[in-house]
Amino acid sequence: MNYVPHTELDREEMLKAIGLKSVDELFRDIPVNLRPRSFDIPPGKSEFEVVEYLKLLAAKNATHLTNFVGGGFYDHYIPAAVDALASKPEFYTAYTPYQPECSQGWLQAIYEYQTIICELTGLDVSNASLYDGGTALYEAAMMAVRLTGRKKIIVDSGVSLIYRTMLYTYTSNLSIEFVETPVVHGQSCREDIFKKLDDKAAAVIVQNPNFFGAVDDFSDMVERAHSKGALAIASVYPVSLGMLKSPGEMGFDIATGEGQSLGIPLSFGGPYLGFIAVKKEHMRQMPGRIVGETLDKGGKRGFVLTLQAREQHIRRERATSNICSNEALCALRALIYTSLLGKAGLQELARLNYQKAEFAKATLDKVSGVKVKRSSPTFNEFTLELPENADEVVSKMISQGFACGFPLGRFYRGLDNYLLVAVTEKRTKEEILNFAKSLEAALCS
Amino acid sequence: MLIPDNLFYTKDHEWAKIEGDNAKLGITDFAQSSLGDITFIDLPKTGANLKQSDLYATVESVKAASDVYAPLSGEVLKINDELVNHPELVNKSPYESGWFSIIKIADAAEKNKLMTPAQYKDYVEGLSK
Repeated sequence: MNYVPHTELDREEMLKAIGLKSVDELFRDIPVNLRPRSFDIPPGKSEFEVVEYLKLLAAKNATHLTNFVGGGFYDHYIPAAVDALASKPEFYTAYTPYQPECSQGWLQAIYEYQTIICELTGLDVSNASLYDGGTALYEAAMMAVRLTGRKKIIVDSGVSLIYRTMLYTYTSNLSIEFVETPVVHGQSCREDIFKKLDDKAAAVIVQNPNFFGAVDDFSDMVERAHSKGALAIASVYPVSLGMLKSPGEMGFDIATGEGQSLGIPLSFGGPYLGFIAVKKEHMRQMPGRIVGETLDKGGKRGFVLTLQAREQHIRRERATSNICSNEALCALRALIYTSLLGKAGLQELARLNYQKAEFAKATLDKVSGVKVKRSSPTFNEFTLELPENADEVVSKMISQGFACGFPLGRFYRGLDNYLLVAVTEKRTKEEILNFAKSLEAALCS
Repeated sequence: MLIPDNLFYTKDHEWAKIEGDNAKLGITDFAQSSLGDITFIDLPKTGANLKQSDLYATVESVKAASDVYAPLSGEVLKINDELVNHPELVNKSPYESGWFSIIKIADAAEKNKLMTPAQYKDYVEGLSK
């Protein structure tokens, strides 16, 4: 199978048009020693061979394990209707579907997605989505820098290390000063945050629930940030918002998060979904596409991209961000998922997650040598203290058919015996009881 | 094209009206008519220190987002709050109710770098040729 669309004749004509003799001449500005000697491209494969190869790769995934791993990405049930609707070719094959004359369906879907993100977060304006939770948090941090004209950002270390690493990587050439505050007993340390919050701070960033699963009401911290002229940014877990106080209710200026839990399957490397919502007063500094509602010439309701003067194709190097894309298909899945559940469904889902996690806490607390950390309330994820190295326990549990959690020592120094356990609505009472039994056996062996 | 004769002008179509130690700043009639309907103006904060020729505001219209540069250096004493909800004032009245800010002039000699009304008139006519 030939994957190259151009014929030899096409190539000759194109070269002739620009006055070159060969394709190699196109690369003459690159010194020969910097060009690859060979691209080492193996011969093409048949469809059958490709499918076999991909099956082999897929078989490396351990999909048979009962999943108690979270850490920012959660094993929620995805109704079949999400796949069925999102794979309609009108949605599935459309690329950059922003032209209002021919993309009203897509634009309406994005508009409705923005509406659910605003309702979940309790904030005024959402964009059409970003790549993932980490890039969304980076965009929020940059918004704060632009809005305040300050360059110091306080980051609670209860924010996922993945997101913190992304923040530092993205901004490594921008001379932005990040100050981390410690987590004490699994919770953000207010005293330390308050100490570092001065009139140089652009923003303070926290995560709720934090990486240890702790749920907090940050209203007081938000108030303190505002009194110093800084913004408050929260990275949140959308499923938890069916039950917890929203970022808007706590006064946060910007909420971001990973939208994977809203109808997007777990997969190594995504694609996932970043969301961002802000107070109206900050919307002109928001990055990315925004769909707005309007009336057409005939007075009919319609949808168009709006506030585009923020964006790269108009504002060039002074655009709010270099993002000109969104994660439309994943945003669509989130919209379908939340629409199917509805308000009552989302509340019920959150309650189920919370109650099952509480049941798991009570059950695991009885396993000898295991201690459930209870210094703060949690949603569907909590920390266990084990009598031995959590990494080793994870290995032993895999052979028992359990992906039993995330070893916190991988992200936090000195926490080698701590395990982060997530319990979603998918986990049954039987699975939780078996999990406790297997853990007890694993710890004795 | 209105070019009042009591103002100083820049090549980027900003104007400055010198009133004692202070100067009132805005954009010209030519600027507003080139931009089209103005939808939003991002103004500096009171207390900000402007430097001559540095960016200090952004104007968004239905066509574009344009940068506005300071005609003179100085501290921002006042901004035109009316423009927050009524950016169209700049289209209607660029030299009166559509003013942007009032600054305390830091260096009076800087006005020598600005154009007089006659020079600005020639400049604008040159652009349209």
